[in-house]
Amino acid sequence: MKKKGSKVQKQSLGIRTKQWFVDFKNQIPLQMMVLPGIIFMIVFNYIPIYGLKIAFQNYTVVDTLDSAQWVGFENFRIILSDKYFWQSVVNTLGISLLKLAIGFIAPIILAIMIYELKDGPFKKIVQTISYMPHFLSWIVLGGMLITWLSTTGMFNQILMGLGIIKEGKNILLDADKYWWIAVLSDVWKSTGWGTILYLATMAGIDPTYYEAARIDGASRLRQVWSITIPLMKTIISLNFILTISGLLNSNLDQTLVLMNTQNQAKAEVINSYVYRMGLSQGDFSYATAAGLGVSIVSVILLVIANKLTSKLNDQSVL
Amino acid sequence: MEKRKKILSGDRVFDTVNVILLVLVTVIIVFPLWNVVVNSFSSAAAVASGESVFWPKEFSVDNYRAVFQDSSIWSAFLISVLKTVIGVVCHVFFCSMVAYGMSKTYLRGRKLYTVMGVITMFFSGGMIPTYLLIKSLGLLDNFMVYIIPALFSYYDMVILMNFFRQVPGSLEESAKIDGAGTWRIFLTIILPLSKPSLATIALFHGVSQWNDFMTAKLYVTNQALYPLQMKLYEIIVQQQLSSMRNPTGVVVESTARGVQLATIVVTTVPILLIYPLLQKHFVSGMMLGAVKE
Repeated sequence: MKKKGSKVQKQSLGIRTKQWFVDFKNQIPLQMMVLPGIIFMIVFNYIPIYGLKIAFQNYTVVDTLDSAQWVGFENFRIILSDKYFWQSVVNTLGISLLKLAIGFIAPIILAIMIYELKDGPFKKIVQTISYMPHFLSWIVLGGMLITWLSTTGMFNQILMGLGIIKEGKNILLDADKYWWIAVLSDVWKSTGWGTILYLATMAGIDPTYYEAARIDGASRLRQVWSITIPLMKTIISLNFILTISGLLNSNLDQTLVLMNTQNQAKAEVINSYVYRMGLSQGDFSYATAAGLGVSIVSVILLVIANKLTSKLNDQSVL
Repeated sequence: MEKRKKILSGDRVFDTVNVILLVLVTVIIVFPLWNVVVNSFSSAAAVASGESVFWPKEFSVDNYRAVFQDSSIWSAFLISVLKTVIGVVCHVFFCSMVAYGMSKTYLRGRKLYTVMGVITMFFSGGMIPTYLLIKSLGLLDNFMVYIIPALFSYYDMVILMNFFRQVPGSLEESAKIDGAGTWRIFLTIILPLSKPSLATIALFHGVSQWNDFMTAKLYVTNQALYPLQMKLYEIIVQQQLSSMRNPTGVVVESTARGVQLATIVVTTVPILLIYPLLQKHFVSGMMLGAVKE
């Protein structure tokens, strides 16, 4: 095989290209299977990427991508002084950072707790139940939240039952509580599902480590701290990088269903702002510029996070 | 000896606390869901007063009667079923067709195709350019908007490709000697042997099709084409508006709320029905893409 490779290299470029086309021709049935996928990606992935150029244009409904007037960085300049845009950035970051603080740790803890259970029906039940919310759509969960948070809903009933408040009120109309609603509902929905990756990693840990620790008299908590967690370092930092790079990603489904006129100032996130400016108000170029700016910052965040964790781990995870 | 005993009893405390906390976790997840079901089976007055907590106060199926009498909910249900079934069949077939071609390392141009695919996993045109594309393709207010843009996913293709590679090459060789062509091998050998992996992709794509609401929200304005999720969204938004305009009309508000809850239950039941099926594929569904690449 190797010999053949070096032989090919010695051949002239023309012969190699010819050989390539002969091979290609012989694989036509296979190529015809792959080609639809390539065409799909060109149409549905690459054409929209090319379409990003309207961020530098003054694109209106009657324009085509090429006829629209070129305005350079004008849209970006306006965005930088748009206070509603910055409000949506603050909300996105606030919600994301809270999600990072709570939603990142919670699956790790839950996974360890499930891992420490003896195999049996209880373990199965806990897993089955905790994965379930992942499969509810945000619209379904949003509808539930609106009911739970309403004046006579579950939360007010519980708080009144405990004597913390005297009278129920609609919690979703309270803008100051919106971030917590967004974060905690997300944690409720995704923590169980988030344990799967960690549990799969933990299943690969050699049980003799624990036996040795037990003989040395290490308590269970100590075993978790000194064996389980260090062995999960790689997967945890990989997840951390992905979370960091997603800091500016906001959950459009969640926002659209939970946002109302009362909490909008705290609920508007970048995605919903792009949606509103672009599709509701028809300012396509402006909305695209906002979206593009945010994705560029996201890529920068990804690179920084990868650098940081690779310093901690002595190796790059990505 | 003394120390060992201490640790053993410490371990028992650890186990007990762990179990108690996990019971608490399951209660926090199950109770709110149960509360929704309970209220959907309660009378309007009971929902309004918030008295149905653990068990329906004044049990009634009025909410469900109202849901099933609404013909627009039936049509939304039908759209959801159609888009899920057709979408899953097309997606799985399309992805596995490409995956079979890509599973052959000797495929010419394979490196270029891979690079093109990986780029799509990191960069996208975003909401507006995609909208303009969908518009120029004539897919706005068209049922096919649920199917065509969801035909292919590079990620799912990679998962399938890794599965196909595990099919023993000798099977293909002997079929080739018997004179079977590429398509015949793909359809009669590869696909039947890969049923578990096809099922994984189908189930997860099915859930995302069923739960998808953004496609309708972005590209569909014709109410006749609304899937169930979009219909539910409309109900929720309308009810929010009416309850805000009319803060005193408690009973009016909660009749609508009971119906809303019943719609939520109806929307979720299909997911719960396939949940036991899904469960077998959780780990493979989550892990395969993560491990290999």
